[in-house]
Amino acid sequence: MRTNFLAGMLLLTAAATVACRQDMHDQPKYIPLRGTEFFADGRSARPLIEGTVARGHLDDDASYYTARGSDGKFVAEFPFPVTKPVIERGQERFNIYCAPCHDSLGSGNGRIVRRGFRHPPTYHIDRLRQAPAGYLYDVISKGFGAMPDYAAQIEPRDRWAIVSYIRALQLSQNTSIMDVPADAMSVLDQEGGQ
Amino acid sequence: MAQIFPKSANAIARMSVYGAIFVLAFVGWAFDALNRSSYNTRAFMAREQPIPFSHAHHVGGLGLDCRYCHTSVESSSFANVPPTKTCMNCHSQIWSTSPMLEPVRASYRTGQSIPWTRVHDLPDFVYFNHSIHVSKGVGCESCHGRVDKMPLTWAVSTLQMDWCLDCHRNPAKILRPQEYITTMGYQPQGDQQELGRRLMAENHIQDTRVLTSCSTCHR
Repeated sequence: MRTNFLAGMLLLTAAATVACRQDMHDQPKYIPLRGTEFFADGRSARPLIEGTVARGHLDDDASYYTARGSDGKFVAEFPFPVTKPVIERGQERFNIYCAPCHDSLGSGNGRIVRRGFRHPPTYHIDRLRQAPAGYLYDVISKGFGAMPDYAAQIEPRDRWAIVSYIRALQLSQNTSIMDVPADAMSVLDQEGGQ
Repeated sequence: MAQIFPKSANAIARMSVYGAIFVLAFVGWAFDALNRSSYNTRAFMAREQPIPFSHAHHVGGLGLDCRYCHTSVESSSFANVPPTKTCMNCHSQIWSTSPMLEPVRASYRTGQSIPWTRVHDLPDFVYFNHSIHVSKGVGCESCHGRVDKMPLTWAVSTLQMDWCLDCHRNPAKILRPQEYITTMGYQPQGDQQELGRRLMAENHIQDTRVLTSCSTCHR
C-alpha cells in the first residue's frame, strides 16, 4: 500500500515537471533576427562583404536596374511592355509606399505631409510630365531631396510598375473628357466621375 | 493489537476512491487551463518594447499598409521587422527631436540594432511561412487581430497547435480576396463559406488531409 502511494506521488511529481524543458522549442539555431552573443553587435545575420553578388543578382542590365542608357542619360522607354497587370501592380505598390506622402492622386498632400513632412511637388506639373521614365525610377531608387530612397523596400520590377502607374495618374489629371473611350463613359457616369 | 481504523473508515476509503476520479479530473483540467492561459502563452499581453511603438497610431491613425514596413511578408517565410532606416523615412523630419525616439536616432547613427521584443515566437520545430499564407488569402488580421487598435503590440492567439489546426481543417472560413489582405476590420461580402470555397479553388489550396499532415508544418 505504502509503495503504491509512493509510486503514485512520484508519478504525479513527474507529471508536474513535464514540459518544463524547452530545448526543442528553443533550438540552438539562428532564425531570422534571432540575436547571438557570438558577435559583438549581437546579430546572427552578418553584413555582406563588400562586392558580394548573390546568385541571380548580378544586375548587369543597366537600363533595367539603373534606368540609364549607355550614354548615361535616363531612359525614356520602359524595359518591359507595360500591360494592364503591370499598371495594376504599380497602383497597389504606389498606394503602399508612395501614397502616404504623395497621396493617392500624386498631388503631394498625403497624410505624412499633413503631419509635417516637407511637401513634395505634385506629379501634375510639366517638369514631371516631361521627365523620362528612367528619372522617376531613379528617384524611387535613390531618393530626392527630403525623400528617402526606397531601394530596400521596392523591388526593381515594382519600381518600374510604380512608374507606369505614375504615368497613368499624370494622364488622368491632364486629359479632356473627349479622350475617354465611349464604352468607358457610361462607367464614369454611373460612378459620378468628374 | 487494537484496530487502528474504526469501521467507518471503510466508507471513507470507498469515498476517496470515488473522489480520486474527480481530483484527477480537476488536476487534468487545471493543467490544460493553465497551458492555454495567457499566463503560459502570453496571448493578449502587451509586451514592453525599447520604444513604445504604436501600431494603433501608424496603422489605425495614419493608415499605413502593413507592407510599408513588413516588406518581406509576401515573398519570404519571415515577415521582417523593419530596419531602422524605415523608421527614419518619416522620422528624419517628423518628431525628429522627440526624446522618445532618441533610441531610433541612436540606432541610425551607430548602426546598432534596436532590441525589439519578439511578440510572436513559434516553437523552432514549426516551419511557418508567411508568404504562402498571404498569397493563398489569409489576411494579416486573421492571425494578428486588429493591430490597428494596439497601442503596444500583443498576440491574439495562443500559437498552439490546435489554433493552427482550427484553420488547416477548414480554411474556407478565413480566406479573403487578395485586395483585402492587409485590411483591418474586413467584412466579407456575402457568404464566407461560399467565398472561402471559391478562393480555395482559385488559389489551389490543397485538401485538408494535406493541410493537416504532420510534415506540412513539421519537417
